[in-house]
Amino acid sequence: GGSLTKLAYYSTVQHKVARVRSFDHSGKDIENEPLYEITVQEEITARLHFIKFENTYIETCLDFIKDHLVNTETKVIKATGGGAYKFKDLIEKKLGLKVDKEDVMTCLIKGCNFVLRNIPHEVFAYQKDSDTEFRFQTNDPNIFPYLLVNIGSGVSIVKVETEDKFEWIGGSSIGGGTFWGLGALLTKTKKFDELLQLASKGQHTNVDMLVKDVYGGAYQTLGLSGNLIASSFGKSTTADKEFSKEDMAKSLLHMISNDIGQLACLYAKLHNLEKIYFGGFFIRGHPVTMRTITYSINFFSKGEVQALFLRHEGYLGAIGAFLKGAEQDNPNQYSWGENYAGSSGLMSTSPDVYPMQRTRSGTFDMLEMDRLERPLVNLPLLKDPSTYIPDTVDLTDDAMARKYWLTCFEEALDGVAKRAAASQPDSMDALERAEKFRQKYWNKLQTLRQQPFAYGTLTVRSLLDTREHCLNEFNFPDPYSKIKQKENGIALKCFHSVIESLDSLDWEERQFALVKGLLAGNVFDWGAKAVSDVLESEPQFGFEEAKSKLQERPWLQDSYNQWLERLKEGPPHKCALIFADNSGIDIILGVFPFVRELLSRGTEVILACNSGPALNDVTYSESLIVTERIAAMDPIIQSALKEEKLLLVQTGSSSPCLDLSRLDKGLAVLVRERKTDLVIIEGMGRAIHTNYYAAFKCESLKLAVIKNSWLADRLGGKIFSVIFKYEVPCQ
Amino acid sequence: VFPWFGLDIGGTLVKLVYFEPKDITAEEEEEEVENLKSIRKYLTSNVAYGSTGIRDVHLELKDLTLCGRKGNLHFIRFPTHDMPAFIQMGSEKHFSSLHTTLCATGGGAYKFEQDFLTMGDLQLCKLDELDCLIKGVLYIDSVGFNGHSECYYFENPTDAERCQKLPFNLENPYPLLLVNIGSGVSILAVYSKENYKRVTGTSLGGGTFFGLCCLLTGCSTFEEALEMASRGDSTKVDKLVRDIYGGDYERFGLPGWAVASSFGNMMSKEKRDSVSKEDLAKATLITITNNIGSIARMCALNENINRVVFVGNFLRINTISMRLLAYALDYWSKGQLKALFLEHEGYFGAVGALLELLDS
Repeated sequence: GGSLTKLAYYSTVQHKVARVRSFDHSGKDIENEPLYEITVQEEITARLHFIKFENTYIETCLDFIKDHLVNTETKVIKATGGGAYKFKDLIEKKLGLKVDKEDVMTCLIKGCNFVLRNIPHEVFAYQKDSDTEFRFQTNDPNIFPYLLVNIGSGVSIVKVETEDKFEWIGGSSIGGGTFWGLGALLTKTKKFDELLQLASKGQHTNVDMLVKDVYGGAYQTLGLSGNLIASSFGKSTTADKEFSKEDMAKSLLHMISNDIGQLACLYAKLHNLEKIYFGGFFIRGHPVTMRTITYSINFFSKGEVQALFLRHEGYLGAIGAFLKGAEQDNPNQYSWGENYAGSSGLMSTSPDVYPMQRTRSGTFDMLEMDRLERPLVNLPLLKDPSTYIPDTVDLTDDAMARKYWLTCFEEALDGVAKRAAASQPDSMDALERAEKFRQKYWNKLQTLRQQPFAYGTLTVRSLLDTREHCLNEFNFPDPYSKIKQKENGIALKCFHSVIESLDSLDWEERQFALVKGLLAGNVFDWGAKAVSDVLESEPQFGFEEAKSKLQERPWLQDSYNQWLERLKEGPPHKCALIFADNSGIDIILGVFPFVRELLSRGTEVILACNSGPALNDVTYSESLIVTERIAAMDPIIQSALKEEKLLLVQTGSSSPCLDLSRLDKGLAVLVRERKTDLVIIEGMGRAIHTNYYAAFKCESLKLAVIKNSWLADRLGGKIFSVIFKYEVPCQ
Repeated sequence: VFPWFGLDIGGTLVKLVYFEPKDITAEEEEEEVENLKSIRKYLTSNVAYGSTGIRDVHLELKDLTLCGRKGNLHFIRFPTHDMPAFIQMGSEKHFSSLHTTLCATGGGAYKFEQDFLTMGDLQLCKLDELDCLIKGVLYIDSVGFNGHSECYYFENPTDAERCQKLPFNLENPYPLLLVNIGSGVSILAVYSKENYKRVTGTSLGGGTFFGLCCLLTGCSTFEEALEMASRGDSTKVDKLVRDIYGGDYERFGLPGWAVASSFGNMMSKEKRDSVSKEDLAKATLITITNNIGSIARMCALNENINRVVFVGNFLRINTISMRLLAYALDYWSKGQLKALFLEHEGYFGAVGALLELLDS
């Protein structure tokens, strides 16, 4: 670009993963052995990195590339933007690579499609005078068609219809260059940012002729307010008056923003488009221009069109150029996830220093995206994927809740760091890494206090996910692995007696006991501070004690009667999809007996567990071993497995929460094949922090125990209140 | 009752039309009060009033029959900031004693209503400016311009050599897009005499051109600004497509001569230091004109209208803008849209106001 270089590169990252694996038990004393083996292995995953820095650092950057260029087959570096011409020789000389120039707009659109598809909360609208100025949009699975208005030195208006089909439908010469060039002439201020600074301090009404200057008030017959600008610079039609720089800059900003907004609306109307994304250096990270453009679009479209902006707008060209270069690897066939640990976030003021020392300016910025092993798609059972919002509370909006949760995560941080260090007793540098983790996550929390919008909508989920990403970054892939192993072992020993006592009950009593067991199991949650304190201090805390902690009926949310009625009166469900929560007692003594009952009724069960570890949540690989053990004890489970009536799948996620718009494709296929007609979501992270309001096409059951007194209070209950939400979609 | 005036008080200019009856009978002359005579004499015997008032003699419509009376229609303008002096003069000439109605339109009809009442003892009849504008346009076009056509267009606007001004017959005018470029711009879609709507407007109008020119060049009149512009070279100020791509940008079908960024070259200090005031004036004119053309074109497409009539005082003595509008509309619409112009540019609102007076 004109002043910033945006670099996109692909790397493989070596990091540790925890694997669980069954022992070969032949001829061994099973009783005293742990249930399975945990090994930590090195794994290589793919990551996309994006770095943005000032052009002055280009040589440092090229040195960095040279040092890290490991794939000797790389012969070509793709470049786009004005600087591609400017730095061509330097790049070719330094790196010995051929610079391949790509069309700017093609790259921009490719990059835009990529971020729209892969980054949740990529899109936001700007709202003036609100607690948080950025309102993030839910990801619509149908990203096309849209209008991209790129405001560089001029304005390009492009209609994008499909991945490969886009059309330049118009433009305007009045753009960022006009603001800059004309602004420099009028105010003798040379820098774009300084001009914006001036503009934000000015009063345009001193320079512009307003409707009220002409009419004395509003133009009532047309409903035009007196404060509307009738003629930009209409008051400067005199040679003998001085105007302040600030006022002229402000007037110029309004003139240009209004003009662009008006043209964008006219084009949107002509082409019947509703989504308009704005980008280019005029917009990039400048709240001032986002505000004026938003105002203009709102005014000219009479509120019918919303001006939308992109969090990673500045990277679009670089992403697109990279994708062009990587076409043979087809990066579009994968799903990608934003790595919160390695990304500096929107308008970050405290970016990390890696890999080059930052000497000044807030323009140094990074984005990292992990290539996910498997593609992610929507859960086909969502009622309306385009309006689905996983998260229950938007902490960007809700300042009270934000303060509470940030403090809550801060207070829990020392404990998490300690546990992380303790999980690797044999590692020499575990303490040091745990401290680095603590520091990094602490900094993230502080950034989020200042800029809650830095990574999209701030939610409990994003706070949890950020913590997992930071733990992974410092090679703590699974701090709870040992605890999970132990708890799974203990719970398995109790399985038989729990089943026996359940089987001794009559049908109705048993149904209630099953639900109670599921809820009690859910108390065992190391993610909840109230519980982890108990578990830490009373290792013998058991299933029965947990049951006694539960709220008595009527529960805080209680549709148990309807559920029981449904079981009694209705036909068995065809297939139930269950999202499991914790390891140990939860999965083994809570979920499995429930699964067993469903199977006995003739309902098939898809049991979905996380692909990667998060807290003490049961992972897919752990669930395989646990199920195998249970099957060995229980003929119902055994035959269901054999007949493929009980299916274990992975969610594609490594989060303690659940985003039903990003689930493993295999899961989605299976759900469809088996004609799933019941969704069961268990646990605070999956059923309260997320999906509490999720609506499905089929019956659903959301169960959780509230293990946080603040949250309980918010929902009108007490700690250990029970949520039992059975919902049937209205016809 | 004479005198017959129509007044249009805009943001920058006041437009006054005056009907001078030429068929006054001796009897009438006898009855005519002294005040009225003196006003008629003052207006018709001068071509300039005070330091800023001007009668556009070349626009005068001769031997017009209006409401059964024969006479000449005069077109006078002066800056809006001289409104207080105008009202003062009306008061000194005892205008109120004539018991006539003064019909006024434009924002100033509202803004100065109180001043007319207190300073001049005159009750204005306020009229909507868009109603007056359309009425005026349709009327003047129907009576013609002293035997010539009021409406004209440029043939071969894209060819500098062969481009020429030709009369246009606007007998069946509907639908048409009417673009009024005063200090600001209003765009109307007109479907019939009574049926029209304001499609949109822009604040980038004549006032913006003149205001920016004053700031950039230190000029003090619109004429001076236009004169400077006529001697300037905007391509030194603007960044063209060819400045970025070396030629045409074929991917988007953009010709190399098209402006990519207005004032875009002024981002660089060296270039700022090397341009003249004339270049800046020209660039300002081109920027504002192209933008109006672009918005008008989009409105025409959205409203499905292919005739665009440009009026307003921005176009006065401004052939550069008119030709550019004609060219731009033709080029970017691939010949689908036609730009039309009217000889009486900015006076239609005032004419409309006069017609309202006679209707009442």
